[in-house]
Amino acid sequence: MNKSVFFGALAFVGLAAGASAAATLDDVKARGKLNCGVNTGLVGFAAPDANGVWGGFDVALCRAVAAATLGDASAIEFVPLTGKTRFTALASGEIDMLSRNTTWTFSRDVDLKFEFVGVNYYDGQGFMVPKALGVSSAKDLDGATVCIQTGTTTELNLADFFRVNNISYEPVPIETNAEAQQQYLAGACDVYTTDASGLAATRATFEAPGDHVLLPEIISKEPLGPLVRHGDSEWADIVRWSFNAMVSAEELGITSANVEEMASGTNNPEINRILGTEGNLGEMLGLDAEWAKRIILSVGNYGEVFEKNLGEATPIGLARGLNAQWTDGGLLYSPPFR
Amino acid sequence: MTTLSDAPKESFRLSMLIYDSRYRSLTIQFVALLGFMLVVAWLVSNTLQNLEALGKPIDFGFFSEPASYDINQRLIDYNSRDSHLRASFVGLLNTLLVAVMGCALATVMGVVIGVMRLSKNWMLSRIMTVYVELFRNVPVLLWIVFFMAILIETLPPPNAFRGETPSASMWLWDSMAVTNRGIYMPEPLFSRGLGDVSFFGAFNISLELIALVVALIAGFWASGRIKARADRIQEATGDRPTTWYLRLAVVVLPFAVILILLGFHLGYPALKGFNFQGGIHMRNSLIALWLALSFYTAAFIAENVRAGILAVSGGQTEAAEALGLRPNRIMSLVVLPQALRVIIPPLISQYLNLTKNSSLAIAVGYMDITGTLGGITMNQTGRELECVLLLMLVYLIISLSISLVMNWYNKRVKLVER
Repeated sequence: MNKSVFFGALAFVGLAAGASAAATLDDVKARGKLNCGVNTGLVGFAAPDANGVWGGFDVALCRAVAAATLGDASAIEFVPLTGKTRFTALASGEIDMLSRNTTWTFSRDVDLKFEFVGVNYYDGQGFMVPKALGVSSAKDLDGATVCIQTGTTTELNLADFFRVNNISYEPVPIETNAEAQQQYLAGACDVYTTDASGLAATRATFEAPGDHVLLPEIISKEPLGPLVRHGDSEWADIVRWSFNAMVSAEELGITSANVEEMASGTNNPEINRILGTEGNLGEMLGLDAEWAKRIILSVGNYGEVFEKNLGEATPIGLARGLNAQWTDGGLLYSPPFR
Repeated sequence: MTTLSDAPKESFRLSMLIYDSRYRSLTIQFVALLGFMLVVAWLVSNTLQNLEALGKPIDFGFFSEPASYDINQRLIDYNSRDSHLRASFVGLLNTLLVAVMGCALATVMGVVIGVMRLSKNWMLSRIMTVYVELFRNVPVLLWIVFFMAILIETLPPPNAFRGETPSASMWLWDSMAVTNRGIYMPEPLFSRGLGDVSFFGAFNISLELIALVVALIAGFWASGRIKARADRIQEATGDRPTTWYLRLAVVVLPFAVILILLGFHLGYPALKGFNFQGGIHMRNSLIALWLALSFYTAAFIAENVRAGILAVSGGQTEAAEALGLRPNRIMSLVVLPQALRVIIPPLISQYLNLTKNSSLAIAVGYMDITGTLGGITMNQTGRELECVLLLMLVYLIISLSISLVMNWYNKRVKLVER
């Protein structure tokens, strides 16, 4: 009896270890929920609202994948992660995908064994200072105390920037955006540095956003994107093309308002292929034909998501800039659906 | 006729391992040990195999690569081009610093509070009871964050010291600045310095410090010799020569002479640019962590001290009173030395707790070894298992060293039976 329990447990653990290596889609379907890693709270990107419902630019991508795979954009278990805990959570299988303004870098892609499926926000590291400080350039920051989120690429960029420009600074490492905000507002640091979009989002939550300025220097390239584990290319394809569907939808003029109408058939074959009325793209992904239609229906296309969460009509007020479609002079360029 | 015969010869049969009560316990222990070792071996091989499958075999090569991040509090030279190993070492020294400072303050506070809790003064003992219950019943992480929040929110930022009519001013004749970025204190400087001596090419120790320490040690040794001589004369003649000025002089004079020769002066912090420059900067992350750990652990130590004092029977105090000793002297000469026997073993575990609790440092952004090796290095290199294993090893070594020293001390003070 004891022996059989022991071997049973052994066999079970062995199976569990083997199963988690592949077929994330099957796991998600069996669970009925997508485990999505997001920021612990960055307004505009990922933050719960007053009712505890998560919303934001990064959250929309989780919802898109959930809509495509499970047919329900709310079947998601959001796992809030700090800059430090995010990679361990993804590598250990605690989450199925990470959508948490994470910079795509060589070592994360190759050495940490992750797969970045695309870039959903082209960003760069910036500096925010109180207007009263009278600083107009990051090069004037010699001797300043800089608040910085630990476990991020910004930490490394900052060290390089100050070393190359031969000026000194005092880093104050901080775990979350909320703590950084507290220290910055209390004057415990002169400068807060992180991705420019994050700075804008943080500033939007201040009582007097006008008292703080973003310095003109952008000291790094920060292509932010969703990522998954190495070793399950089918799952990576699903996340990649869920995102591409949102980008292509904007380019082709499919919106959440007209998607039903377009799904009944148009004379543009690419729209038809995306919406599943022509060809069998959904089947190739291991999904049904209407996967992309559900994405557009529940979260909208890329442009809609951007305007709703980050755009100029929101308190964050970010311009599209590099994140405009390639046809509008931006960098967004989805591979064709064919 | 004798009917004595030899006892039947015992032959060992395999079944005796189970049915013979002499062997049974051994058999069970052996099987349990075997099973335990199998489980451990399986865990290890499973981990290695899964790491292999992930393409991340155990590899410590990342230690020699540049760390590329900066650390604000450095006890040895460090910049972002130095290796991860050196960054970890900077973190280790920060851990040791806060552990030593914490243990010292916690001990002093613990002893004072423990004694006061037994005071006959109703008010005093009640206040100390409240202190102990308050501190030991709230998690230490909350205390750390709380102390940090107080420091950040209540103290003035450096730019409050600026301008014609500053809203904040420096303390102690303009020598100390207390800001919400930490405390800036005067630092000792030498205008005729001797330079540094390098150890293993890894870190430097200033020769001035060595000279001063040597002078102090020599001074105390000489002072000890003078005392021994005075003791001898007293035993031989019954008269004790007055030696206090001699003993004071051999300690203070060489020290002072060296200070003057080296051109000792104080460097005062001054507001320059964004921050105070010069002086010793004690960051508020260190202060918050140090105070929170000390206040928290002091509550436990106070209880140990109280237990130790209560363990000394009341008759001892009464006997000392009968000899005419004053309460202060009764405590320091009669009660505390005996109470130490009871206090020290639990004190060791409080020191260990404090050291281990210091790993919560990242909550206030203090860069201890958990923040460097187990934080940024782990995060940037993605070597979770290696970093965590090493981190565990480091804490294990620190804890065992503390135990070793304290156990040695415990052996010295415990009751010697003749």
